[in-house]
Formats: sequence, structure tokens, C-alpha cells
Amino acid sequence: MSILLDVATGGVRGGTSILYAGVGETVSERAGVINLGTEGSMLGGACAAYIVAAETGNPWAGVMVGALAGAVLAGVHAVLVVKKGANQFASGLAVLFLSLGLTSLFGSSYVGRTISPFEVWEIPGLSSIPIVGPVLFSHDPLVYLSFVMVPLVWYVLFRTRLGLLVRTAGERSEALEVHGYKASRVRMGAVIVGGFFAGIGGAHLSIAYTNSWFENMVAGRGFIAVALVIFASWSPMKVFGGAYLFGSALALGPALQARGIGVNQFALHVIPFVLTVVVLAALGRRTISSAPAELKRVFENAPSGP
Amino acid sequence: MHHRTPKLAFATVAALAALTLSACTAPADAESTSTAPVTGDMPDASAPGVGGTAIGFITVGPKDDYGYNQAVIEASAVIGEAFPDMEILTAENIPEDDTAVSTMEQMIDRGAKIIFATSYGHLDAAEKVAAAHPDVVVVQQGNTITGDFLPNEGTYFGTVYEPMYLAGIAAGEATETNTLGYVYAFPIPQTIANINAFELGAKSVNPDATVVAVSTSSWCDPAAQREAANSLLSQGADVLAQHQDCTKTVIDAAEAAGVFTVGYHADASELAPEGWLTGAVWDWGPLYTDIVNNILVGEFTGGPYNANFRVGYKTGTNPFVLAPYGPSVSQETKDLIAEQQEWLGTADGSPFVGPVVAQDGTVKVADGEIPSYDEVDGMDYFVEGVVGNLAG
Repeated sequence: MSILLDVATGGVRGGTSILYAGVGETVSERAGVINLGTEGSMLGGACAAYIVAAETGNPWAGVMVGALAGAVLAGVHAVLVVKKGANQFASGLAVLFLSLGLTSLFGSSYVGRTISPFEVWEIPGLSSIPIVGPVLFSHDPLVYLSFVMVPLVWYVLFRTRLGLLVRTAGERSEALEVHGYKASRVRMGAVIVGGFFAGIGGAHLSIAYTNSWFENMVAGRGFIAVALVIFASWSPMKVFGGAYLFGSALALGPALQARGIGVNQFALHVIPFVLTVVVLAALGRRTISSAPAELKRVFENAPSGP
Repeated sequence: MHHRTPKLAFATVAALAALTLSACTAPADAESTSTAPVTGDMPDASAPGVGGTAIGFITVGPKDDYGYNQAVIEASAVIGEAFPDMEILTAENIPEDDTAVSTMEQMIDRGAKIIFATSYGHLDAAEKVAAAHPDVVVVQQGNTITGDFLPNEGTYFGTVYEPMYLAGIAAGEATETNTLGYVYAFPIPQTIANINAFELGAKSVNPDATVVAVSTSSWCDPAAQREAANSLLSQGADVLAQHQDCTKTVIDAAEAAGVFTVGYHADASELAPEGWLTGAVWDWGPLYTDIVNNILVGEFTGGPYNANFRVGYKTGTNPFVLAPYGPSVSQETKDLIAEQQEWLGTADGSPFVGPVVAQDGTVKVADGEIPSYDEVDGMDYFVEGVVGNLAG
């Protein structure tokens, strides 16, 4: 296999958890709430999915419960920021630490357990297409599910009344109130749905990609997802490209090393993070101007909260 | 091939060196036979580490990781049985920062006067605690103290590259593609020596065997490990070995791909019933027991463990042992490995008998020479036959 094919395939495989979390965070931020607890929701999803997959032998049950765990953790964030008016950054980090503690507690006895993970599904016809087949169609079912879910989220956000409510909550929440909707409810819902997706992303890491649970195994991918949403200027479809780009950056290091190509490995491992900084710096002004208005208030009023 | 017949003159020098070495470590050897707490004469109550009611162990990772930390926790239970009067305190997932200091101080508050700080990165914290509590002995696993030793601190470690050399023999016999994959955390002397020994072991039975080394820059990042394993599999590796704290992911990846696997830290053969070859696993119980005995009799200060203590097949109970074999390892290979293990324990046995040639062709160990354990501890190059690059 050529190195490009390896990196692209690894990019899809490794980018999928980031993709789910990034799409979830897009929904949350579209409603005006930034959730740094995404990392925590991913951890919760990874841990709960692993526990349930180990206990039931059914990875689908695992991913369902993992998604719910992500949603519950995001719910904590939603209550704190929407109901209690807590600072969004502080609350997100608090949820992350809560999740670290809970998953370390409940997950510790499962570290050594084995599960029946998601298997790779070859899709007849599609999987044998040169290049496209291995890159897109030789993966586990959660990867294929993302091919459907992400466009679906785009559709709901931009083509349905529900999506309009979410976006209005993020742009002009007063307008919602005028029409008799409660912006706070819409926001709570969006944050919880965001956590649900992050939970699926975490489940992908534990029961589809690595078939393992270890404490803190998300290792910063949730934060990459949050950065990615800005990179994708709050568009679910652009999150696709961004997540696979980050996934590819993570896959580039091992692919080069396995070929003995002499690049400083510390430089390789820092690529995804350098990429984040570069992209934010390059696109910063333009993307921020397209940010949901309520979200801008979060940044402008950061010290005192929304 | 295995350099079992060095020049006579050299053998004499090596034998003399071995004698000197064994003389130096005599106190440790004398105690390595005792497995129960020493009773009899009251030890000097003012000596560091004497008079506590508990023994503490801190690990950087979880207690059941099929890895480094699990081995520590298992051995702490052995200590609990050997010293029934002592309470065994364990704390898992302790970061390598001041959290480790406060955790150790809590243990001291609970009566511990002996603490094992078991991660490489716990050294700074261990030295801080030792400095602040002269009555407590803090021993650290795997790192090296530079400069003067406080009377109540020390480091200890085994020579893991010896069993990794033996595992390399099993891998070299098993491979059909002659490509052995090796997923490791960071390029530190310990991982580098293991990778080199693994390659030299494989090459001793299979001159075409190469080891492809991929680092993950983390002691436990399962997703990065999985990607590393995938990249090695796509390069045709049919044996995957590794060196990091959590080992399950790579073993799972190897078994799923139908290739062989060499374990590290703990016997994980149940995770790979088909592909398991063997591995280097820990058996810390005997060494921990010796260290605790040495402390409790009040002889820690100035003793063998008040230093950077290293032990291997040559000098006593190496805490690293070879894991049980998997089903595909032939009796012939097992016999060869047994023979080689015996050879490693002799004065002229070492994975690194010269000439050892680095990737760039320079001779690092001259023909017929054997580097000491200390010299191997400073290894900073890959040998010829290893594909991979160290950060420049």
C-alpha cells in the first residue's frame, strides 16, 4: 500500500471519533453554548460503551449506552450554564474532571476485560473499488453510520424548523422568546444532543477502533474536536474534512516511521496540534465573524459568563 | 553466531570482572534467599524506613492494565503476604507531578516508612519526599539518580532486554515476512535497548529479520497504538512486539490480524490464544522482598539499594522473566531459548557482545567486548537491522 493510501485510510479510521464529537459540538455551538466538556463526554461514552459491550456481548448496546452517557455528562454542563448561568469554560472543564473521575472509578475493573467489538464490514462492490474502497469502505459500522448521521445533522440544522430554532437560539435568542419558545430549552437540548454525539465518538474509540478501555484514553481528541468546529466554521459537512485531516495528521507519524523515513518523531506527533494553531491563526478573523452571535457573547463576556 | 567462544584472554578478564561485581553485591545476594521478614536482633530504630506500620506503592497507571502497573500491584500483594504486620497501601493512576508528592505524604501520614514510587517519571517526586522525610525510605523503579544519594533514597530495576533478546529468538523463528513490528512509547535508553536486543535475538536465528520500530509518544494512548499497529501490519509485519504501559490494544490488533505477538509487562496470552509467542514479564516479588528486608533490618543506608541498583541474569534475581510460550513455539525453539538464557547468565553472555553496529554503520561495541548493565542503560542508538529513527 502506498503511504498516501495508508494515511488516508488511517485518517478516516482515526478521525471518526473526532468527527462525531465535532458534529455534536457544532450543534451545541450553533445554539450558543461552547462545551469544553466534549472531551469528558467522549470519555464517558468510551467507558460506558466498553462496560456495556463487555457485560452484554453486544457492541450496539454499548454504543447506545455510550451515547447516553455522553448526553448525561453534557446535561450537567447544560444545567450549569443554561439554568444556573455558570461560566461556560469553567463548567466545561468541571464536567471533564467529573468524567475523568467517574470513568476512572467505574472503568477500573474493566481495563483487563475483553469484549466482542465492532468488526470491519466489507461492503460488496464498494469495498473493492481501487483507492476509494480501502479508504472509505473497509471500516467498522460506526464509520458508515457517520456517513449518514453527519449529513442528517446538516439537514436538520439547515432545512427543518427544529434546526431553525437551534440556530436562532444561537443567533438571536430574543427572537425565539417573541415567538413563544424558550431559548433555554432549545439550548439545553442542543448541548445534550452534542454530548450524545460525543458519546458515540468515544464509543468508537473504545469498542470499534482500539477494543480497549484505559483511563483518559481519549487523550485530547475532544479538545481537537472543539477546535475543529471553529476550523469548520460551524458547518457539519466541513467537519467531515476537518476530522479526516486531523485523523490523517495522527496517522502520518506511524506511516512514516513504519517506512523508516527519517523525520523527527516529536515533530510528527505535534503536527495535529500545530495544524490547529495554524488554522485558527489563518482563519481566525474570518471564521469568528461567521460565529453564532450568542457564541461571540460567550467569548466577549468570558470572565462574567453569559 | 552467538559469540559463545570469545578469546580466552577476554574470558579471563570477564570472569575477574564478574567476581568483583559479585563481591560488590554480596549483601544483596546474601539476602536474596530469604523470603520472610527478618526477626531476631532489633534493628537500629533511627535508621530510615524502620518502625513503620505500612508500605506504600504508587503507580502511574491502572492496576489491571495487563502491563507495568498491574505487575507492581501484584507484587505488592506478595509483600503483604511476606510481611503480614505491614499494611499495604497502593495508589494507582498517580501523575508524575506534585500529585505524586502529596500521595506519598498521605501514605506517610498513614504510617508508611517505605515507599515504592514505580514510574520512571516519579523520580522528582520521590526525591522531594525523601528530602523532606529523612526517616522514610523512598525507592524509585527504573529511573537513575544522578549526583549524590540521600541516605534514604535509591533506584532499582531489572534488565528487561535480556528476556527481550530471548523473545526475539522466538520471533525470528516465527516470522515468514522477516518483518517484526515494534510499537514503543518514547525513545529512552530502556526502550532502545529492548528494541536492539529484540533485533539481535531475532537475527541470531534469522539473519534477514528486521525490526520496524514505531513510537506513539505516550505510555498509554490506545488509539495511537492501534494506528501504529495498523501501519506496521500494512508494511508486512507478522510479529508485533511492544514497550509501553498498556499493552492490550496492540495484542488485540495482532490477534485480529492473525499475526504473532510478543507481550510485555504481563502474561496476556489469554488475549491472543493463537498468536501469542512469549514475552518479557515482571516478577517483582523477590526483589521487593529483598529491598524491604534490607530496609527493615536498618541496613538501607550505604547498602546496595541506596544506589542505582540494577540486576540481571548475571547478578541474581532479574525481576524480568520470560512469559509462558504460546502454542506455535516449537520444542526446538524452546530448547534454544533455554540454552541462550543460560548463556546470558554467564560472564561472557550478553545480547550486546561486540561487534555491535549502529544503523549508520559505526561500531558501538568493539569485537568481543561486553557492555556493562550501566553502559546498556545509556544506549542511544538503534542497531543495524532496526528500521526506525530516533529524534535528531
